[in-house]
Amino acid sequence: MAELKKIATRDSYGNALAELGKEHEDLIVFDADLSGATKTSVFKKAFPDRHINCGIAEGNMLAVAAGAAAMGLVPFASTFAMFAAGRAFEQVRNSIGYPHLNVKIGATHGGISVGEDGASHQCCEDFATMRSIPGMVVMCPSDDVEARAAVKAAYEYKGPVYLRFGRLAVPVFHEEGMKFEIGRGEVLHDGKDVAIIATGLMTYEALEAAKALEEKGISARVINLCTIKPLDAPLVLQAAQECGKVITCEEHSIIGGLGEAVCALLSENLPTPVRRIGVNDEFGHSGPAVPLLKQFGLCAEHIVEVAEDFCK
Amino acid sequence: MTESEKKSLQITACKVRKGIVTATHAAKSGHPGGSLSAADMFTYLYFKELNVDPANPKWADRDRFVLSKGHTAPGLYSTLAQRGFFPVEELTTLRHIGARLQGHPNMNETPGVDMSTGSLGQGVSCAAGMALSAKKMGKELRVYTLLGDGEIEEGQVWEALMFAHHHKLDNLCVIIDNNGLQIDGPIDEVMSPYPIVDKCKAFGLHTIEINGHDFDQIEAAFAEARATKGVPTAIVMKTTKGKDVSYMENKAGWHGKAPNDEELEIALKELDAIQAELEG
Repeated sequence: MAELKKIATRDSYGNALAELGKEHEDLIVFDADLSGATKTSVFKKAFPDRHINCGIAEGNMLAVAAGAAAMGLVPFASTFAMFAAGRAFEQVRNSIGYPHLNVKIGATHGGISVGEDGASHQCCEDFATMRSIPGMVVMCPSDDVEARAAVKAAYEYKGPVYLRFGRLAVPVFHEEGMKFEIGRGEVLHDGKDVAIIATGLMTYEALEAAKALEEKGISARVINLCTIKPLDAPLVLQAAQECGKVITCEEHSIIGGLGEAVCALLSENLPTPVRRIGVNDEFGHSGPAVPLLKQFGLCAEHIVEVAEDFCK
Repeated sequence: MTESEKKSLQITACKVRKGIVTATHAAKSGHPGGSLSAADMFTYLYFKELNVDPANPKWADRDRFVLSKGHTAPGLYSTLAQRGFFPVEELTTLRHIGARLQGHPNMNETPGVDMSTGSLGQGVSCAAGMALSAKKMGKELRVYTLLGDGEIEEGQVWEALMFAHHHKLDNLCVIIDNNGLQIDGPIDEVMSPYPIVDKCKAFGLHTIEINGHDFDQIEAAFAEARATKGVPTAIVMKTTKGKDVSYMENKAGWHGKAPNDEELEIALKELDAIQAELEG
């Protein structure tokens, strides 16, 4: 089988904005001096009048975007995840979340796959902060096709949405034209011994792990959850019911992210043993993204180890 | 403006002030001091300046007002009620369970409120976003925002002013209520934001200083703001915190404290006397 094409979801974001901009004149993009990195530069090239640079002032940018939404525009406000969900948390909470304004937050450079820039820029807390805001949709697409579909769905949805994209080019495994719905996960590989529930770049790793596990006689179901909030409860509960064991995989702290969301759902509805794979309670550090992900156990090999131990 | 017009505004401002003390008394909490200092400005905005329609509060082409100093919601609510956005009687539901008059403005609950605010420094950014959007949408409307002088200690305010100037938002008018006091005391003792006028000028805003209790000066400032092209306008208004309630005037302690029964009675008596003299 030919090697899969690799694209960073931040590129998908920029391309999707430029595509949507053609049909929708109410779409406006804000950036905070990172247009080249967040890829909103692609939109800027096509629609310079609707691309607003806010300079290095993320808190102001998110509140400006709130004002634009209050006027009826559909703003996409972009910066790194660290500054959107971290630095500007309170602006997002009070000026976007509380009034439930139609702002889309396009946060790139999520997780430790940011690589060389190191811990100060490797945001592993964004799912936690954004999930905690009432009414906020939180999404983390796994590849190029899903990322573009998620951006389109975010535009069509009325209300605040947080979208996390990555810096690292990752394999494109979804078929073009995939069916995408906010709040709906998908079963990518069926299995009955253990359910591996993954988001973002960990979904591809989970698929690779499932193949390796098959050879070891372990049948793993792989579920991709692009939407972390609202969680696809029926799909998760069904997987827990039918597999009896759940592993969650995310490029995020094991505190407050997908793993905890799944644990909360299961413990209240269908107590099921869970193992969480993610960044343990520690900061990242500098290094090339791929070896860094391996070092943190965010790779297929580690998922296989955990699953084997879990299924003993 | 004619003398009778001015008198009518002064009488309305007096009613707005009565609503402020009545509402905060009923809530047993809230922020009367900065509501009273801005009462004349609120009155002028809603009775003379803003192009709004109480019968159609969500009218798309209305002027927008963002109360960046959201804690002075009683001043805004009292003015909106006088202007007919909702009944004056509703003011006594302020901060009560189930009421739509929240402790800080909520755009989804209260008719006439254009932006949810309360966390200082954010409303001015929202207003800048509205002004920019109005231009992008080809709308002629204007956007006004009112800030406290303590509020401008927030760094985000200056990010917003930099943004407004950079994007040439001449449809934006930023009003700073310089009553000189914040919760912990005089602003120049807590964390001086002075010189306010020089700072606004340095950020490129067309800056006007006025007495915020003088309707002629308020009117002239807004006319100048409307005539100013290419840059946003800042109106820095000197005011008296707690204005027209003797025991509240220039007292930091009345920033966020409600009058009790006896204090309410005194306040209403004083305001009734002012109103009677105006109506005399």
